[in-house]
Amino acid sequence: MSASLEKGINALKKEVDSTVGAFFSSCVNCGMCADACLFYTESPCPSRTPINKTEPLRRIWKQEYTLLGRIGKMLGLAKPIDHDFLNQWEKLVYDSCSLCGRCSMVCPVGIDITLMIRKTREGLAASGHAPEGLIGATKRAVTIGSPMGIKLPALMAQISHVEKDTGLKIPMDEEGAEYMLLLSSMEIMNFPEFIEAIAKIFKKAGVSWTISSEAFEATNSGIQIGVADIAAELIQRIVDAAEKLKVKTVISPECGHAYMAIRWDGPNLAGKAFNFKVRHILEILDEFRQDGRLKISGKETQKLTYHDPCQISRRGGVIEQPRNLINLFADDFVEMPEAGKMNWCCGAGGGVSSNERADELRLKVFQRKKDQLDEIKPDAIISACSNCRIHLEDGLEEYNMEIPLMSLTETLAEHLEE
Amino acid sequence: MSEIEFLNWVRGPAFEIAMTIFIAGIIIRFLEIFLLGRKTNLAEAKGSEMTGGLHTIVSRSIPDSNTFKRSTFKIVSGYIFHLGLLITIFFFAPHILLFKDIFGFGWPSLPTPVVDAFAVVSIITLIAVLIHRLQDRVLKFLSSTEDYLVWLLTILPLITGYIAFHRIGMTAPSLLAIHILSVELLLIAFPFSKLMHAFTLVLARWYNGAISGYRGVQS
Amino acid sequence: MTDFSNGKDKSLAEVLRSQGISRRSFLKFCAATASMMAMSPAMIPKIAQALESARRPSVIWLSFQECTGCTESLTRAHTATIESLIFDSISLDYHHTLQAASGEAAEEAREEAMNENWGKYLLVVDGSIPTKDMGYSTIAGMSNLDMFLQTAAGAAAIISVGTCAAFGGIPHAHPNPTGAYSVYDIIKMYGNTDVDGVSSASIDNNSGGSVKDKPIITVPGCPPIPVVITGVLTHYLTFGTIPELDHLGRPKAFYGQSIHDRCYRRPFYDKGLFAETFDDEGAKKGWCLYKLGCKGPTTYNACATTKWNNGTSFPIESGHPCLGCSEPHFWDGGGFYKALSIPTIDIPTTAVYAAAGAAAAGVALGAMNKSKKSNAAKEHTKTTIDDLEKE
Repeated sequence: MSASLEKGINALKKEVDSTVGAFFSSCVNCGMCADACLFYTESPCPSRTPINKTEPLRRIWKQEYTLLGRIGKMLGLAKPIDHDFLNQWEKLVYDSCSLCGRCSMVCPVGIDITLMIRKTREGLAASGHAPEGLIGATKRAVTIGSPMGIKLPALMAQISHVEKDTGLKIPMDEEGAEYMLLLSSMEIMNFPEFIEAIAKIFKKAGVSWTISSEAFEATNSGIQIGVADIAAELIQRIVDAAEKLKVKTVISPECGHAYMAIRWDGPNLAGKAFNFKVRHILEILDEFRQDGRLKISGKETQKLTYHDPCQISRRGGVIEQPRNLINLFADDFVEMPEAGKMNWCCGAGGGVSSNERADELRLKVFQRKKDQLDEIKPDAIISACSNCRIHLEDGLEEYNMEIPLMSLTETLAEHLEE
Repeated sequence: MSEIEFLNWVRGPAFEIAMTIFIAGIIIRFLEIFLLGRKTNLAEAKGSEMTGGLHTIVSRSIPDSNTFKRSTFKIVSGYIFHLGLLITIFFFAPHILLFKDIFGFGWPSLPTPVVDAFAVVSIITLIAVLIHRLQDRVLKFLSSTEDYLVWLLTILPLITGYIAFHRIGMTAPSLLAIHILSVELLLIAFPFSKLMHAFTLVLARWYNGAISGYRGVQS
Repeated sequence: MTDFSNGKDKSLAEVLRSQGISRRSFLKFCAATASMMAMSPAMIPKIAQALESARRPSVIWLSFQECTGCTESLTRAHTATIESLIFDSISLDYHHTLQAASGEAAEEAREEAMNENWGKYLLVVDGSIPTKDMGYSTIAGMSNLDMFLQTAAGAAAIISVGTCAAFGGIPHAHPNPTGAYSVYDIIKMYGNTDVDGVSSASIDNNSGGSVKDKPIITVPGCPPIPVVITGVLTHYLTFGTIPELDHLGRPKAFYGQSIHDRCYRRPFYDKGLFAETFDDEGAKKGWCLYKLGCKGPTTYNACATTKWNNGTSFPIESGHPCLGCSEPHFWDGGGFYKALSIPTIDIPTTAVYAAAGAAAAGVALGAMNKSKKSNAAKEHTKTTIDDLEKE
């Protein structure tokens, strides 16, 4: 079995539904989506216009699902969908798009372009036109359990460090715990302080939690490469673990697309509603705040700003909670221009950072975030996605800017009253 | 064929054909799209699809200030000519008579000089829109024959209507017949082109708002 | 009523004097005619001189499928109107309504006039000519078609008076059971026909005469305004030429402007003030009659300026929308009370049928779409990590 054009075309056919039809019927080629896409504004190549990225899906919809298109196909007038064509679109759909969702917010006729680019990826991936880097990450995610190749021993090693440093026990595989925490490979490898912060906060909050040794990976390469079957397989591992441990709520950590994967796509991929809740760590922390479980002391005096991770804010619906939490410890908090649901993508989401071929472009489009930061000149940036963090650090370094990145959860933990 | 015969044909069989294609085409298009359906969302809802959807249908007409700054010409020119089309089509007394004949009810009209002024402004704006489409690199890249054809079919009724009203160039029956014919061409092209957005955008905006509203975001 | 049967040899000046018409009145008529035809005042003496000294040309008036309204209009003389004077400057040798003779004597008069003035007489036609069955309209046993072709052959020019002769008029309206056509169309269809099978024995066909190339002046209207008819005749008598005609053969002097462009209610149209019914406030205030079906915008005639009954009024001024009676096919325009912006056919019924058919087609296509999608789902084999690369 291997990728093939037929599989790709079939995948696209499967993706067409009434939303796709409504969207493509309404496009008037106004070009406003280009003005909203950082991959266009910071690197103006007209082919990067968001709606153009959906061309493979549009052709299938037209030829297969419209009266005029079917007649055209019968008369041999349909536009071709072959490997050459799909090859041209690979860089547009993967390298030049982080599925950030800004275009969908701006389109005057209401097209959810992001949704359609995501659907388009199904066709490209099944026909063998996904980027090498992403394919590698996906293979590792499925076979090893993590796109970065992290296995349980590596996690346990980090956990034992945390236990030593905090004196707290990290509960593994505790049946009946209220919360089951997921972790992104990025956090495990690069930001283990996150685990420490969780341990401290949850202890103070007095709630029970656990990590499953069988399913601890939050990231979902299937979502990024755009193959629902693989995404479903990865989701199922979490569902099985959550059901086995009979937890009430699964927590998605400081990672962007992981939240989208488990919170919004999850049940639809699994084919049934979950019998547990799914929340982002920020939502949980905000609940703690509302319940009075968080006692905070001391303030951050430096000028802070917040970068909205796209999949959490605009695409996820967790916009107010980070600000409520930041206000607990920030003395000087300033929003960047267009903060909130219209904030600009860092440029690394949606699989872009797993795609080495896109490195140059990814750093180039950082210019947009730089412009935002230049306007407010903060001392530090808070974020709630490890991928954003890493990439922002990369970008700041590239442009010689000295602005440290802080995790919201970690900073909160630092200000917990002893 | 004499002028009046041409006019009677345009007001008679030609109108019938155009109306039939228009109505049938739109209904077919809608059913083609709608009956595809979409899967029920099994995730736990954070907000309401209905509220989100209805809200976006209206709110998407009001761009946020930063989007407006970035796409000013597109937004302003778009509004001007759409408003112009709305006024000239739906608020000119002779046209309202036509709608009364079709729907069974009419509504008050605007003074003709007002409609006339809007027609002129719309024509000028549409020409500016075309120039923009030809010069802007994104638009030039995106635009196909259909975009230019639809532009032509949209501006022709405005121009021929203006000419017919002001009696420029030919005798009255011919001018009127040409105007009505240009509208008929527009009606025929409607269901097969991007002009469908006039109807489908309600559905598209609804889906957009519903999908985001489900997740608790007002899009 | 003026006597037309003799006086062929008298000049107009003599005839007028014998009628007791003063020179002053006569000059007033010439001045009125000149102004009606938009000629400069310098033309007045020329008209007067031409009319006075002209040897009254022979005019043969053929009436076919007509209602006699055109003749009635022409002869509407409430006072001793100047228009009736025109009859003194022509020799009306044949006219069903106005002639004293009848039967064979009338036909003889016609043939005599044709022989004596071959190539020089004016042929005036009112009424349309049937072609389906010649029995629909005959005169003295001769079909209209034959009589027309025979008489036209020797005419200097043809004047089609009234919309029936000009464009076919009422008989021509759908479904045109008699196969009625206008003078212009008859000439196009039969112009090459030999004028045979007719008692041509008594006609000296001096120069042959081709019907095809006869100059035609169209004077439409149902009926035409009296002064329009006389104005055309006067022009011909004065200059011996045809006045400037528009693309439908109508004299531009009278048919160059539309009713709409000269209508006194136009300011209301421009402001968007319309009468909705015949007796509402708007109608009482004299607002525009567009919504009541006025065809003024697409009708070319002099009604709005010259008016009727010596400038008394015209339909719109009396509160009735213009019928468009000087235009071709005015009977088939969807109805006198249907405004120009409304289609002539019944839209709601068509719309319902179209919608019903489309609903069926749409459901069928929707079903096809759904089945295609579910086939795609069936065809879909689970994509694993081994399926991400091409072989």
